[in-house]
Amino acid sequence: MAGLAIVGGSYAALNIASSARQNGYGEDITIFTDEDVLPYHRPPLSKGFLLGSVDRETLPLRGEAFYRDNRIEVVFGARVDQIDRAEQCVETTKGRFGFQQLAIATGTRARRAAIPGIDLEGIVTLRSLADADAIRDRLPHVTSVVIVGGGFIGLEMAASMAKSGFEVTVIEGLDRVLARVTGQTMSTFIEGEFAAHGVRLFCGTAVQAFEGEGGKVRSVLTADGVRHPADMVVLAIGAEPNSELAEPLGLAAPQGVVVDLCGRTADPLIFAAGDCAFGANAYAGRQIRLESVQNATDQGKAAGAAVAGIEAPNTSVPWFWSDQFDLKLQMVGLSEGADREVIRGSLEARKFSIFSLRGDRIAAIDSVNSAGDNMLGRRLLGVAHSVTAEQIADPDFNLRSLMG
Amino acid sequence: MPKIVFRGADGTAHEVNVDAGRSVMLGATINGVPGIDADCGGTLSCATCHVYVDKAWADRLPPVDEVENDLLENVACERAPNSRLSCQIVVTEELDGMVVDIPERQF
Repeated sequence: MAGLAIVGGSYAALNIASSARQNGYGEDITIFTDEDVLPYHRPPLSKGFLLGSVDRETLPLRGEAFYRDNRIEVVFGARVDQIDRAEQCVETTKGRFGFQQLAIATGTRARRAAIPGIDLEGIVTLRSLADADAIRDRLPHVTSVVIVGGGFIGLEMAASMAKSGFEVTVIEGLDRVLARVTGQTMSTFIEGEFAAHGVRLFCGTAVQAFEGEGGKVRSVLTADGVRHPADMVVLAIGAEPNSELAEPLGLAAPQGVVVDLCGRTADPLIFAAGDCAFGANAYAGRQIRLESVQNATDQGKAAGAAVAGIEAPNTSVPWFWSDQFDLKLQMVGLSEGADREVIRGSLEARKFSIFSLRGDRIAAIDSVNSAGDNMLGRRLLGVAHSVTAEQIADPDFNLRSLMG
Repeated sequence: MPKIVFRGADGTAHEVNVDAGRSVMLGATINGVPGIDADCGGTLSCATCHVYVDKAWADRLPPVDEVENDLLENVACERAPNSRLSCQIVVTEELDGMVVDIPERQF
């Protein structure tokens, strides 16, 4: 076997494979995944799947027919340990396979921290379906859960578990939730929503130790001296790129596997996309690593095209979504460098968008229950436009008129 | 099991059987019907499962709700009166034989 070998089994891997085919790649395509299932939707794992309202059959991104029709082979349970560049082959737990081109789509792993007691039983992380299954199996024995980290995964887990009647505590080291991804106004709004649902939220305090009994976690001690009871702890303190395979080849930076706008690494035979990739980003105007379904999909499509010899740079505007309680939170653009925030809609009505402006341009839109604003932003933010704060705040002003 | 017919922008037809209770979107993604991207998996976040429902069937569907409407306003291909997000169409026995057209692009 030769052709294209893809390491990793999620959004980026699937989109590299399907895009290579769509762009006329005629050689074999093989996906090596260390999991035992076809690529699947991950967002439900912290929400509907955890609560039981989303069943397993609805999770695959594509069914078997798709892989058959597109001649994409998937090798399950295959962890790739090494890329032999000279021999053009990968060493996997399922054997050695040759390649003509290689794509790295290995994603991220949940960050761990050197905190006393971190290895106690009952401290879990969530990345994969196997992780979600393990958490579901624990739930019958859980009353109180402490979630460490007030980012998206942490808050989604907190919302799901609060909805299911668990006692939920969230501990966030920074002084507000979602600090890395949104502004103060949105953080304050979200914190209010969680408080209203009975979630105990502690910001600006670090975990000092996990304390256990008989090897099992019983409480979390924070730096302010408070002891939070817990039968389960979810560690949701971010993710780190799986770039180990690229490092010995000189293709990785500390932030991830380095790629250009087409998902090409410095090696003409090797490509990368998704959460593991640190790459040129047309919208940001610099190199960034994005952790999102949208980026894995769009970067994967660009990389797949490049494998087939077609130049199709990824120029999409970054966007993201998260569902928490009945809040549909959507973000588009990047707010870095913005100089002011303007609110459109009503925080009281729980239906609004926060527009981050840089001069007369919109840099980002963070929406709650306002899908139309987000959809418009995905197109508008990618083209030249000029807007005033007054226009944004005016509910009668049609934002679509800005498209020109 | 009800049958749904997808017609691609190039005229290719795909007939698939979908369990009642599942969405038309899932019928497409599980059976490998090209042209339904379904990036968000049916959570009303992405609008990449847009279809035009054949006029003979469009009126039999439950109406478009507010969020679906917001998303349809900004789909990549032109919105028509029979535009729907296929993740929001739940397959029933009554929809056996329904025909939907897939737009040229989803993003």
